[in-house]
Amino acid sequence: MKVINLDHISAKPLLPEVKTVMIDAIEKDYHNPASQHKSGEEAAAALLQAREAVAGLLNCNTPKEIVFTSGGTESVNHAIKGVAMANEDKGKHIITSNIEHNAVIRSLRRLKASGFAVTSLPVDSGGRVNPQDVAEAITKDTILVSIMHSNNETGTIQPIEEIGKITREKKVIFHSDAVDSVGVVPLNVQKLGVDLLSFASNTFYGPVGVGGLFIRRGTRIFPLLEGGVQENNKRAGAENLIGIIGTGKAAELALRDMDMRLTHLKALKTQLLTELPNFIDEYIINTHPDNSLPNLLSISIKYIEGESVMLMLDDDKIAVSTRSACATGSLRASHVLLSLGLSHADAQGTLVLSFGIDNTQDDITTFLKALKNVVTTLRDISPLYQKKYTEN
Amino acid sequence: MYNKTVMDHFRNPRNVGVIEDADGVGEVGNPLCGDMMTIYLKIKDERIADIKFQTFGCGSAIAVSSMITEIAKGKSLVDAKQLTNKDVAKALEGLPKNKLHCSNLGADALQLAIQNYEDKLAGVTRPEPIRKEKHEHSHGEKCYCPYCDIEIQENITFCDACQSSLEDEH
Repeated sequence: MKVINLDHISAKPLLPEVKTVMIDAIEKDYHNPASQHKSGEEAAAALLQAREAVAGLLNCNTPKEIVFTSGGTESVNHAIKGVAMANEDKGKHIITSNIEHNAVIRSLRRLKASGFAVTSLPVDSGGRVNPQDVAEAITKDTILVSIMHSNNETGTIQPIEEIGKITREKKVIFHSDAVDSVGVVPLNVQKLGVDLLSFASNTFYGPVGVGGLFIRRGTRIFPLLEGGVQENNKRAGAENLIGIIGTGKAAELALRDMDMRLTHLKALKTQLLTELPNFIDEYIINTHPDNSLPNLLSISIKYIEGESVMLMLDDDKIAVSTRSACATGSLRASHVLLSLGLSHADAQGTLVLSFGIDNTQDDITTFLKALKNVVTTLRDISPLYQKKYTEN
Repeated sequence: MYNKTVMDHFRNPRNVGVIEDADGVGEVGNPLCGDMMTIYLKIKDERIADIKFQTFGCGSAIAVSSMITEIAKGKSLVDAKQLTNKDVAKALEGLPKNKLHCSNLGADALQLAIQNYEDKLAGVTRPEPIRKEKHEHSHGEKCYCPYCDIEIQENITFCDACQSSLEDEH
């Protein structure tokens, strides 16, 4: 039996068209795009084509504003550390939010150790940053604002456009970690008003190990990796051309099929949300009802723990992800869920369900049936569920 | 991620439930991850005649609860008091390093249940037991990170291996 993947946030399958162009690229045995002979020029042309496709997806001014990297993590590290190093003569203050990905949190933690000050803004109960808070946090020392586009645990989308207006007015560099958004929802860097935007290829069914950073012309930033003059002198090292060619194809398809994919994913999410109460009770939806990704839903099921749910669904050949503290290396409750105001016990029962274009309505029905059994089994074992009965 | 024995006890937990007229009840919570476990005892002739558990927790916590009830069932109180987390982890043929703390929970719940029985017998009423912090930084001579179990220096407040802040005393 095929595994039903409701964990697309962890891995998405490569699209067949993407596989084809990548296999072609391997067969062609491309030379180094930096080489000046004809073989090199051929490789450079393939690289440019991919860069143009990604620039088109984001509506960049020029393809030169796209720097290919090894993925979302490198892009975020580059954006944050690169801006900090290039602008520390102007100030050493950075603004972020309490719900960022670890790539942002740990990059900033590293900078703090070398004398940077970081203001981390709270989110409201819906999981969103208030743009006014950003405006009020900006000081004359502020050199960077880094707020994610959509959250990787809840799918909630931040008011990036409003924040972008503020940072433009105050002339502060604005980075958005859009790793879970690019290629999933329409994004336009001009409209968003960002100076830097991080993305990952696998989010739009491209290969793992490739991502990129949009760097608006004129943004002061140092490279993270020093060496050759590749990527417009912004990221040294010979390009991962096979992966980048796959990324270009994936970007082209994401732009072409965006509306179709959105319709499909929204239908799955609506189906799940509508039918869920027919299968289980007492749960919390952590995802914003209006401002959220079409392919992600975070739910906290009361009185049970998420890793147990994940393991039991795995036996039913359904892959999901949990944000239970038990399932993390650090055994700590998710900072994102706690920021939303969830209790530690409720955070324990959190599942992150992420759909893909390969999912069907039958997948959702199969999942709901399996979930009902799992929740019943685990609640029968749970002392918290027992207590609730005795107390009522 | 878990071995066959752990998965077997997780999928088919033994002795699940509540003993309504229990002679001893032990309830522990783990402040680190939020797991909770309750063990109920029925004592006859200073032996554990029946034992049941309820657990709110991960696969490992459920397997540990199931295993400790299996080991303790039928044992004399004298023998049951000797049971430790090591016995549970061993009977389960090993747990992932970051899940070893779950085995403490099982042994603690059992010992609390026995204590509760003995207290009742002696007519002692104890205040609600203060749940001890599970941040045990050492087993044996050395100091270990409570989160990833990597050996760490005695006085650091940050684990380089798992990048956790260590706020509690060592």
